[in-house]
Amino acid sequence: MYEFNFTPVLASFDQLLIGAWLTVRLSCAAMLIGLVVSIICAWGKTSGPAIVRTVIDGYIEIIRNTPFLVQIFFIYFAMPSFGPKLSPNSAALLALVVNFGAYGTEIIRAGIESIHKGQVEAGWALGLSRVQIFRYVIMKPALRTVYPALTSQFIYLMLNTSVVSVISADDLAAAGNDLQSATFASFEVYITVTLIYLALSVGFSALFYAVERMAFKYPLSR
Amino acid sequence: MIRVFGWNEFLVIVVAAQWTIALSAIAFAGGSIGGLLIALMRVSDVRAFRLFATGFIRVFQGTPLLMQLFLVFFGMNISGFAINPWIAATIALALHASAFLGEIWRGCIEAVPKGQREAATALGLRYYHSMRQVVLPQAIRIAVAPTVGFLVQLIKGTSLASIIGFTELTRQGQIINNATFSPFLVFGTVAAIYFLLCWPLSLVARRMETRFSRATAR
Repeated sequence: MYEFNFTPVLASFDQLLIGAWLTVRLSCAAMLIGLVVSIICAWGKTSGPAIVRTVIDGYIEIIRNTPFLVQIFFIYFAMPSFGPKLSPNSAALLALVVNFGAYGTEIIRAGIESIHKGQVEAGWALGLSRVQIFRYVIMKPALRTVYPALTSQFIYLMLNTSVVSVISADDLAAAGNDLQSATFASFEVYITVTLIYLALSVGFSALFYAVERMAFKYPLSR
Repeated sequence: MIRVFGWNEFLVIVVAAQWTIALSAIAFAGGSIGGLLIALMRVSDVRAFRLFATGFIRVFQGTPLLMQLFLVFFGMNISGFAINPWIAATIALALHASAFLGEIWRGCIEAVPKGQREAATALGLRYYHSMRQVVLPQAIRIAVAPTVGFLVQLIKGTSLASIIGFTELTRQGQIINNATFSPFLVFGTVAAIYFLLCWPLSLVARRMETRFSRATAR
C-alpha cells in the first residue's frame, strides 16, 4: 500500500503560491491584451471591408479548430524561422493572447449586435447627450450581455495557461513540475497543484458573480 | 545527421492522426456513458446524487485537463498499476468528457418542459420508461449540436495526452521535429490535420444550431 507523504510538498508550499501568482498574472495580462485584440477584431468584423472580414474569419476558424498546445509550439518553435525568437514567457503570453482573441471576438461581436439601433434613436429622442447614450444605452447593456461569457472564457483561459509549462514558461504547473523533480512525490505535488487551480477558479467565479450582482442588478426587460 | 522533412515524414505524421481519432472516439464513448449518468444524477430527485454530480462537474470544469491527465497517470502508478499512457489518457479524457457532457445534457433534459414528465407519470410510467421514452428522446434533439461542439473540444484536448507520453498527432510531430528541425513544416502539418478533423464538425454543429433555433423560434 502506498503511503502518502505531503511533508516535502508542504515544506515548499511557498514555491507553489509564487507559481499561482504567476498564473494569475499571466492570465490577467493575456485577458487584458486579448480583450483589446477582440474589440479591434469585432469592430473589423462588424464594420470593416470584406477583405478584413475574411481575414478575421479565417483567424477565428483556425484558432478555434486547432489545439492550444499546437498553437504554442508553432509560436515558440516555428515562428523564429520567419519572425522574432521569443523567450518562453513572451511566447506563452503571445499564444494566450492569440487564442483568447479568437474566442473574445465572437463574444464582443455578439454584445455589439445585441444593441438594437432603435435603442440609440430612443436615447436621442429622450434628449440624452452623446456620452450618456454611449454609457447608458450602449455600454451597460452590451457589457451585461457579454459579461457571463467573458468571465467563463477567463476561467477557461486560466486553466489553459497550465499548458505553457511545456515550453518551460513560468506558471503554477511549471512550479509543480520543478517540485516534482526535486521531491519525486509526483501524485502529492500534482494533487496539491490541482487543488490550487480549483481554488483559483472557484474564487474567480465567486468574485465575478459578486461583481455581476453589484453592477448589473437592475431587472431585465424581457 | 539531420533528416529532411520529406514525403515520408509527412506520411508518418498523417498516419499518427489515427491515434488522435482513436483516443477521441474511445474517450467520447466512455464520456457518453459517464455523461448520461452524471446528467441523470444532476436532475435526480435524490439530493445525494445531485450533490455528487454537481461536485464532479465543478471539479472537472474547475481544474486544467493537463492536471487531470497527470493525476490519473501518477495515480495509477501509486495504486500499483503499470504506467501506461494509453490507459491513463483514456481514463482521464473519459472522466473529463463525462463532466462536460453531463453538464451539457443536464441543460438539455431541463429544457424539456416539465409537463412532459408529469404527463408520463400521470400515464403510469415509472422513472425508467418516462425517461427512456418521453424525456430523453426530446432532449436528444436539443443535445446534438452542443455535443458535436464539445467533440471538437475533446479532439483538441487529446493533444495534451502527448505530454504524458502518448504518441498521437502532436507527439509524433514533436518527434519528427526533433529529427528534422523544420518546425514550420512539421507544426504547420500537425495544425492542418487538426483543422481538417475539427472544422467540418464545427460547421455541422453551427448549421444544426441555426436550424434548430429557427425551428424553435416559431
